[in-house]
Amino acid sequence: MGKKKASGLLRRERRAGYLFALPWFVGITAFIMGPIIVCFIFSFCRYEVVLPPKFIGFANYRNILWEDDLTLLCLWNTIYMVIFGIPLRIIMSLGLALLLTVEIKGLSMYRTIYYMPAIVPIVASSILWLWILDPANGILNWFLSLIRIRGPAWLGSTEWSKPSMILMGLWSSGVNMIILIAGLKNIPNVFYEVAEIDGASFWSKFIHITLPLLTPTLFFLTIVEVIGTMQIFTQSYIMTNGGPADSTLFYVFYLFNNAFSYFRMGYASALSWILFMIIFVVTLVQFFGGKYWVHYET
Amino acid sequence: MKTMSKKNINGPKIRLANKKFLAGLVKYLIISTGAAIFIFPLIWLVSSSLKTIDQLYILPPKLIFLPIQWRNYVIIWDYAPILRFLLNSLYVVIMTVIGSILSCSIVAYSFARLRWPGRDICFLLLLATMMIPYPVTIIPLYLIFNILGWIDSFKPLWIQSWFAGAFYVFLLRQFFLSIPRELEDAAKIDGCSYFGIYWRIILPLVKPALTTVAIFSFMGAWNDFIGPLIFINSVNKMTIALGLSFFLRAYGGEFHLMLAASTVMIVPVLLLFFFTQRYFIRGIVLTGLKG
Repeated sequence: MGKKKASGLLRRERRAGYLFALPWFVGITAFIMGPIIVCFIFSFCRYEVVLPPKFIGFANYRNILWEDDLTLLCLWNTIYMVIFGIPLRIIMSLGLALLLTVEIKGLSMYRTIYYMPAIVPIVASSILWLWILDPANGILNWFLSLIRIRGPAWLGSTEWSKPSMILMGLWSSGVNMIILIAGLKNIPNVFYEVAEIDGASFWSKFIHITLPLLTPTLFFLTIVEVIGTMQIFTQSYIMTNGGPADSTLFYVFYLFNNAFSYFRMGYASALSWILFMIIFVVTLVQFFGGKYWVHYET
Repeated sequence: MKTMSKKNINGPKIRLANKKFLAGLVKYLIISTGAAIFIFPLIWLVSSSLKTIDQLYILPPKLIFLPIQWRNYVIIWDYAPILRFLLNSLYVVIMTVIGSILSCSIVAYSFARLRWPGRDICFLLLLATMMIPYPVTIIPLYLIFNILGWIDSFKPLWIQSWFAGAFYVFLLRQFFLSIPRELEDAAKIDGCSYFGIYWRIILPLVKPALTTVAIFSFMGAWNDFIGPLIFINSVNKMTIALGLSFFLRAYGGEFHLMLAASTVMIVPVLLLFFFTQRYFIRGIVLTGLKG
């Protein structure tokens, strides 16, 4: 009898479990899995909203990869941000995190200041940086002129438009800083004490203790940053509209144009599936590559 | 340190103290310079928003021109339907926050406490969905909302938050796991239903975590640009994020007003941040979630 009762309780718990998780089941089906599958099907179709989708096999993918020059360009623009933007962002956040874990008065105020730009809405910060980076009247070029440097046209030049956005991204990398500060605090003090007894210098402590023990955090940040940067869009939509000469036309921007400006839904679906695959593969590679440089304490 | 050097202490100690003092000074200098650089764009934003259009272009630039143009902050309300935008954003924010708190907490409770077959696989799936890029779902979603007749309404902007976003479920589950089970067991023995346990015991205990979720979803909805850009067409339905970009494109030249409007958009977020900093930081640290 006791057994029967227990299984009844278990059944009750199971029922409640499914019931309470129901919002998630519905959500993942309706808003994630369903759309992903539909998107996959569309990617093999010609679909321009007015007429029903028509199956055309791999034509979209073929066009994207071999016919459409813009795809390669916007993919390169995006990869540029990944290759140059992410290391700079992480190095700077690491520098800030190290700076803001020293013991000084008013530390929390300083942390707040460094973190604040990160919570400024991207639309507002884009408008602000559009003004700061203005080639003729911007404050940055004026500062540069004080030290006898003729500032570039920033967002107005094909060479400097992407670095401009990286610069703006550096300003708002406070989230990474907070995560790294937490990572730094997790390193047991014992390591440093022992190293100090051995007379280790600041630099060797950093190389042999801080950096290795921080690799899990750095690993996590890299993964998140790559996924985020691959989807960069808003800055360029607001500040440059993809220009000049498509130099800030990022992958998602091009995808957006295809889907919602030209209403080439099938083509855009293929573009988004390619992006999905790229992100998937890159993340996978990072996970496997992580084995060689990420140090987990056992 | 000053008093130390006056007294008769032997040489090396003084030098050490001096060295330490110097190191401290250098640290302060570096940190303060950096802080000045980081805060400057925001100061420049406010400063520029309080000038006339002509003063914006005067070289060398000045931080403050007298009289300060407070009237910019009066003009913008007529210049663009900023109030409408703000109210629209507020509506979307409220719906998003309520939806996130309710749906994510009950789902997280199920994942953290109730045993059901397939739970752990489902949780892995949930973690995996956090990595899915949104463009891969946005086209079908647009078409679905189009069929439902929801384009150019606020529903597409908040409806998803009522179905348990993965990040917040993950965050709340971590919190729930840290609550001792004994409380629930006691309630169970007293014949409390699972919903009763969730509603009366768990929820009150995790108020800090719920606050974190509320703050993040507030920020997410307030800052969201792509959602409104895709789903909203008419000006009087625009949120503040979309409205700003719309007016930048329409009347980009009047930058002092654009900057004033941007400041108006930033202020609620900054206020929220200042009053709830603790929850902010904790949430980021716990999940590595992007603000």
